[in-house]
Amino acid sequence: MDPRFVDTITGRGIPLRGHDIDTDRIIPARFLKSVTFNGLEAHAFEDDRKQLEERGQVHAFSNPRYEGARILIVNGNFGCGSSREHAPQALQRWGIRAVIGESFSEIYFGNSVALGMPCLVVSAGDAEAFQDAVEADPKAAISLSVGAQTVELNGKTYQASVPAGAREAFTAGTWDATGLLLDDFDQVRTVANNLPYVSGF
Amino acid sequence: MKQTLLQKVWDNHAVRTLSTGQTQLFIGLHLIHEVTSPQAFDMLRARGGTVAFPNRTFATVDHIVPTLNQRRPFLDVLAEEMMSALEQNCRQYGIPLYDIDNANQGIVHVIGPELGLTQPGMTIACGDSHTSTHGAFGAIAFGIGTSQVRDVLASQCLAMEPLKCRRITVNGQLRPGVYAKDVILDIIRRLGVKGGSGYAYEYGGDAFDRMTMEERMTVCNMSIEGAARVGYVNPDETTFRYLEGRAFAPQGSSFAKAREWWASLASDAGATYDDVVVMDAGAIEPTVTWGINPGQSVGVTENLPSPSDAPSEDRASVAEALEFMSFRGGMPIAGTKIDVAFIGSCTNGRISDLREAARLIKGQQVAKHVRALVVPGSQSVRKIAEQEGLDKIFTAAGFEWRGAGCSMCLAMNPDQLHGREICASSSNRNFKGRQGSPTGRTLLMSPAMVAAAAVAGEVVDVRTVLRTEEVHA
Repeated sequence: MDPRFVDTITGRGIPLRGHDIDTDRIIPARFLKSVTFNGLEAHAFEDDRKQLEERGQVHAFSNPRYEGARILIVNGNFGCGSSREHAPQALQRWGIRAVIGESFSEIYFGNSVALGMPCLVVSAGDAEAFQDAVEADPKAAISLSVGAQTVELNGKTYQASVPAGAREAFTAGTWDATGLLLDDFDQVRTVANNLPYVSGF
Repeated sequence: MKQTLLQKVWDNHAVRTLSTGQTQLFIGLHLIHEVTSPQAFDMLRARGGTVAFPNRTFATVDHIVPTLNQRRPFLDVLAEEMMSALEQNCRQYGIPLYDIDNANQGIVHVIGPELGLTQPGMTIACGDSHTSTHGAFGAIAFGIGTSQVRDVLASQCLAMEPLKCRRITVNGQLRPGVYAKDVILDIIRRLGVKGGSGYAYEYGGDAFDRMTMEERMTVCNMSIEGAARVGYVNPDETTFRYLEGRAFAPQGSSFAKAREWWASLASDAGATYDDVVVMDAGAIEPTVTWGINPGQSVGVTENLPSPSDAPSEDRASVAEALEFMSFRGGMPIAGTKIDVAFIGSCTNGRISDLREAARLIKGQQVAKHVRALVVPGSQSVRKIAEQEGLDKIFTAAGFEWRGAGCSMCLAMNPDQLHGREICASSSNRNFKGRQGSPTGRTLLMSPAMVAAAAVAGEVVDVRTVLRTEEVHA
């Protein structure tokens, strides 16, 4: 299938509990010291993973039960804070193809769209129910549809939502916006020249 | 029809409605730095693209620059590689760069306004979430990711979803010892760290009317910490006075025309908002964060919440924050011992911040156990401060006086917390690990409160210091 078109995504889930998980936690700033995004996946949630390990607990991203998972399940305000695209880049390079959660930071959401990695919004209760289900059975297959705005798990279909613009961008394969934005460059010039601060007042 | 500034600026920059239903928005000013741009240039080259409007992008270096030894090549080879990449990219595409050896270098959100690049009525984008700072001028300014930096380089446009508008009116007068930083910390505390999602915040009311541009910048800067990607103040006489004579501001007869246009962009009386919040400036206290997000704060005379006091959906977050900070619910924030004091950042690294901090510490000494540093937001701020002798006041008190950059706000340079240190910080984020040590702890507060804490060695109510000062005067 043409990788530009993003609609149905199927795979196993990985639950990550907690509200307001910021992008500094997804990828700490010291790993941004690079001119490429290569290798970021090795450092996803590095400090959180280490701190849990020291307390004898296992972070989802260190847990072999979730190896090979493609769908991340989070709670509210995921990806808040810094605008670093390194955060969704790290997750995508780790293997994540879509994120389901109660809510997402706008900048994180936009960065994910630009990478062709959809974020689907579900109710707080459904997000927790998905996390419970995947913890109970990490092999459970999740299937989501961006176009239909649904999530299927254990034979049941749940309602999800993706804003209309992002939905169209994924399903029509225009999430990489550069081409679209250059389609009518004359119009860009016209708008620019009509702006007093561009034309020199 | 009565319109908000947001609607007017949006409409002026809307190129067309895309097939996705999103708006193609022209970006009037694009600011770039060394951390989030190199990959964008690589993507652009990989597609054989070029920079559409090189004269509408400006570059500087701020995130990774050391503030002690700024000689090139930097000792940190990764930092040096990022510097070289930005220099090459700017040379290749003809983008003006204020490099480490340039008098205009500084934190991108400090130099944009200083140079007069930031103007009312613009759309402004930068690969940094604190781009909301520029909204202080009545611009629509927001942070973007690296792929979007590529989009702006290639087309000077972005594909955008519409924003709702929330008016936040703060009436009345701030009490002595209460600063712009406390206003925004209080707003975030009340509306929550996700309360602004989907909104632009329009700040107004007589508390904002009286604020200087630097104070407005401090408030707009932290809009994103309340999930509002955009925060702005309508342009007024204060805005125009600030801009007049700045290097990139319109000059001569153009300035009068610009001023007329800028004034016309302010929200119309009677414009409709998606939401309105009204607050009382007199009720705001000096505010300090105690947790791991900027909404977890209390007035300096208050005690920390317990998980059991919090609404059920916040209990786990409160418990997690208390555990990370090694704090107990019910304990007072005042008296919390600090290890480090940091004055700087795009939130509070401007000259007025340094003046107020210097005024408070003049003739005093930083507590023996505290490591204290002042990092000016730009080389220009540093120069003005030195002309005024502020550097001598700081160093005499035991502060380190550094070069300009982001420094310990995100600790991508050598300025970092160690281990479990607690830092009284004038920056914008208290996230776990934010200041360089994965277990380091951050207490956000105004620069005046940081200065007072540096001297006392613990969190104190700056108003008690101010009162002593009055007695001595």
